[in-house]
Amino acid sequence: MPDTILVVVEQREGKLNRVSWETITAGQAIAAATGWPLEAAVVGASAASFAAEVAAKRVAKVYAVESPKLEPYTPDAFAAALKQFLTAKQPKLVIMPHTYQVRDFVPKLATAMGRAVISDCIGFKYEAGKLVFTRQMFQGKFAADVSFSSDAPWFVTFQNGAFRGDKAEAGAAAAPVETVAVNIADGVIRNKPQEVFKEAKQAVDLTQAEIIVAVGRGIKEQKNIEIAKQLADALGGDLAASRPICDSGWLPMDRQIGSSGQTVAPKLYLALGISGAIQHIVGMKGSRTIIAVNKDSEAPIFEIADFAVVGNLFDIVPPLIEEVKKAKAGG
Amino acid sequence: MKILVCMKQVHQKDAPLKLNETGAWIREDVSYEVNEPDAFALEEALRQKEKHGGEVVAITSGPARAQQVLREALAKGADRAIHLEDNAFVGLDAFNTAKAFAAAIKDEKFDLIFTGLQSDDYGYAQTGVILAELLGWPHATIIMQIEKTDGGIRVKRELEAGYFQFVDMPLPAVLTIQSGINKLRYATLIGIKQAKNKPLRKVALAEVQSAIGENLQKIERLYVPQKTKKTEHIEGPPGEIAKKLVDKLRNELRVL
Repeated sequence: MPDTILVVVEQREGKLNRVSWETITAGQAIAAATGWPLEAAVVGASAASFAAEVAAKRVAKVYAVESPKLEPYTPDAFAAALKQFLTAKQPKLVIMPHTYQVRDFVPKLATAMGRAVISDCIGFKYEAGKLVFTRQMFQGKFAADVSFSSDAPWFVTFQNGAFRGDKAEAGAAAAPVETVAVNIADGVIRNKPQEVFKEAKQAVDLTQAEIIVAVGRGIKEQKNIEIAKQLADALGGDLAASRPICDSGWLPMDRQIGSSGQTVAPKLYLALGISGAIQHIVGMKGSRTIIAVNKDSEAPIFEIADFAVVGNLFDIVPPLIEEVKKAKAGG
Repeated sequence: MKILVCMKQVHQKDAPLKLNETGAWIREDVSYEVNEPDAFALEEALRQKEKHGGEVVAITSGPARAQQVLREALAKGADRAIHLEDNAFVGLDAFNTAKAFAAAIKDEKFDLIFTGLQSDDYGYAQTGVILAELLGWPHATIIMQIEKTDGGIRVKRELEAGYFQFVDMPLPAVLTIQSGINKLRYATLIGIKQAKNKPLRKVALAEVQSAIGENLQKIERLYVPQKTKKTEHIEGPPGEIAKKLVDKLRNELRVL
């Protein structure tokens, strides 16, 4: 059996998660570098209904791994189903998107198979026949190239946005689909999940904002939020924040940008005192222009900034408000 | 309820980090603090104990410096602590860290184990889930609320993009705790004093060595990430920076 790459795409609530296309792109790139064939799997109670969509992409084969016990999602059922399937298939490399759902079950799955997960990767390298995966460490201040020292299958998850979903290549013809029924014994599933819900309606929709002024820990105290608000008002933009600010209750949760909040792509994103933890960056890196103000010259936010101001935001924001007002007044 | 809280000491958020001579890790002469989600995990354990009674035990692994994390936990109200003390623990992957913890608590009977949802250094987001699998316990991740029920617990999981889900689960269980689940308390002076007399069990590497094996993944090298974007630095006194920025906003970005 040749070394195979298997992409496990994600479906939730009867829809294929769009991040799955990014993982297919990642799989196609690794396949191109290594020459290993690429296959895909969809897991769920009625996985076959999604398989055709995946089979349109350039993959050698699509497996629909099915059991009625896979709906609703539980880590117990997903780990049991994939362990059965992977033990039989023995792919070399299993890749998945680094979603909250995957984070919930893939360490369990790998442990059950005595294997490891290199999680939250942003890229890969194939050097002299050796695959290494690049991931961020120390909150993005460093990148690490990480290799497996265990037997296959190797598990890798890729960060949201690490590959372009729209670059996933279509196949010349639809790939064959094989339905694989897995057997999940009674008593395997211990958790009883309830319905998924959204907390109160999102009062603020930042996804449509053209200008966003966002604050992070560097703002220091709740009362200091006011100067960021003044700047946002002067620019005609919206105020947003990184998670710690909303956790502290200084701004409501619906102004949070990042993996657990909103994902935005405004014309201008002005980051004040935001260090740029990965969880924040995934929510705003699509912004057209990013200006970052931070006193720490090594803050990861500067890696993705178009304009960098290393300095104290309390020195810089007040004159900036004045200059913006002047410019708006036609000065 | 008897609750174990897994805590980690990590570099301070704004500490300048330098590579060490191996090129695969950072120099250790930096300031450290408690991994933030772990602080929320501890707080949640203390609150559960205040509601339902029981015991809170904090556990960490790492060199002598890591004891500070446990001292803080004891000062805030944890009843006792376990320190897997050896520099070698710093280099363990998530799989081996979980194995070491499982070995260190094999004679204990906890109802719940909490971890923070991920660490600020490695950022694996795996150790808690691996520990659950090693113990054969159910788990739930990224938890924002915990209620005791007749048959076990009901937890609120955070999903992406503002979605949530309640999950009923039996005990014992492992939960990974999200930052912001509660409001952190400060240690009191009395608490700090009392902490000195609370039990702190040290576990040597030799005691858990047989449980751990070779790492299943290896950091080949650590480096400052290559920039994908060209960044223009705006410098000068604040007033000048403000003028330069407004010029950019007006003439380059055309948002003014």
